[in-house]
Amino acid sequence: MAVTIAKERWTSKVAEMTLGPNGLKVGGETTLPFLHFEGEMPNRPVTALEVFDMEPQDWPDILKEPFADVLSDPVAWAKKIVEYGADMVALRLMSAHPDWKDASADEVAKTAKAVAEAIDVPLIVLGCGVEEKDGQILPVVAEALEGKRCLIGCATAENYKSITAASNAYGHSVIASSPLDINLCKQLNILITEMGLSLDRIAFDPLVGALGYGIEYAYSIMERARMGALTGDKMLATPIVCFVGMEAWKAKEAKDPDVPEWGPQADRAILWEVTTATTFAIAGGTIFILRHPESVKRFNAFINEAMKSNAY
Amino acid sequence: MFEIIGERINGLFLDIREAIANKDPKPVRDWAVKQAQAGAYWLDVNTGPIASKEEQAEVMAWLVKTAQEAVELPCCIDTTNVLAMEEGLKVHKGKAMINSTTAEQAKMDALFPLAANYGAAIVALTMNEKGVPKSAEDRIALAMELVANADAYGIPMPDLYIDPLVLPVNVAQEHGPEVLEALRQVKLLANPAPKTTCGLSNISQKAPNRPLINRTFLAMAMVCGLDSAVMDACDDELVDTAATASIILNQSIYCDSYLKIFRQK
Repeated sequence: MAVTIAKERWTSKVAEMTLGPNGLKVGGETTLPFLHFEGEMPNRPVTALEVFDMEPQDWPDILKEPFADVLSDPVAWAKKIVEYGADMVALRLMSAHPDWKDASADEVAKTAKAVAEAIDVPLIVLGCGVEEKDGQILPVVAEALEGKRCLIGCATAENYKSITAASNAYGHSVIASSPLDINLCKQLNILITEMGLSLDRIAFDPLVGALGYGIEYAYSIMERARMGALTGDKMLATPIVCFVGMEAWKAKEAKDPDVPEWGPQADRAILWEVTTATTFAIAGGTIFILRHPESVKRFNAFINEAMKSNAY
Repeated sequence: MFEIIGERINGLFLDIREAIANKDPKPVRDWAVKQAQAGAYWLDVNTGPIASKEEQAEVMAWLVKTAQEAVELPCCIDTTNVLAMEEGLKVHKGKAMINSTTAEQAKMDALFPLAANYGAAIVALTMNEKGVPKSAEDRIALAMELVANADAYGIPMPDLYIDPLVLPVNVAQEHGPEVLEALRQVKLLANPAPKTTCGLSNISQKAPNRPLINRTFLAMAMVCGLDSAVMDACDDELVDTAATASIILNQSIYCDSYLKIFRQK
């Protein structure tokens, strides 16, 4: 007997974003992740690896090792990331943090420009995480990177105005970040579009947690946002950014070298990052910001399989 | 998403009647724009009474073209004249809505094939030669005939809008609960379920406090499964009620600007 394949009739689609000098496209799906039999998933989820603009202070050795010779040189580090096969470079302007070097907007903008000129893949520029400071430095960075079609973040309810205005003026897209709350997330997307930035230039960050650290909250938010997007809720129909590396490498299961009963750290740390990332890919994540090059490889191996047609 | 069908482009209104008589596109365009901005999803287009069927068909085509020149919304072509319906469908851009068929076999056999040919949605009234039934059961029996016939003509259920026929509360009070119950049961007739609609302002015909009656009924009907309504899109409080009900029913995701977002397409 022939089996009837149940197909959902979605009425809408996720916005498609174009980034970088090579015009990398993300988003654009008309169905839930990897349901190729039901709709289109024109672009695969993409990866970025992080570069810090100063030597990272709290990275475990196992994470520093693949970048050992470039940790104090963001430009060389960025090039290495491209060699490792990441789709994008995510530059984190940690030096601007008041607790670290409290670097000025002009200083970090110079670094950002040097990194952007050294690579031919899209650049994601991330502030230091202090909302007020990011609201000051990111507009200057956006200006310095005019025409590079970067993804700039994170814009929050506190600082979105200056970041959005500059990103709009200089041709960039914005990461809109809200703390694990789909309603605030939608509201922030609305506020940003009301400033004139179109939806295909916004990616939202629901603030993900790692495996074992509240992964289910972000998972359900992404799933709800995707179902909303596909049934016509345009204000949530944007690509989703997942800061997986930052969260996974905070987990003691990834960081702690001395727990023999958990197995070798090299295995479990990578697995922690990859499992977190693949979980969010299934929930609807689009842009994955990771830290270890091996995680990019393994994540891509999964995506290669998941992108194979399962059309009936 | 709740779909507002803006009722204003109708020859029963004096300004539209005059616009039709003078071939003046301005009032039609203005109402198309105004209703679109107010949150309409479809524009109901009705010529009003015109003696000759051919002339009515010509006017319908003109109304559809004129409205769609002003805004990108699809039209809900509202006529009992099959010729006018087809002329309207011919010039329509995008997916149109046919308004309407009844459960009379001759009408279904004329209008469902039109909907199928043009890929249009269609409003189907739960009435037949015998008129409007009183009970929910009888409304549902007719709805089932409409579902079965639509399905036989290959119309997808999400394109079928069952209208259980709302009557004025001041003269036909006993119909209120029956209509609400019928709305609930329509959703059980097929999977995926057909959609539902109604002529909302009928509920308040010739009663005082019309806007209050309209919006109270709208909220109640949405709870029972009302997906759309032919209504006054420019009644702000009515649209606010639809927006708020759709949030409470978890049909769209809450955000502080939900009233504004509900109006954007």
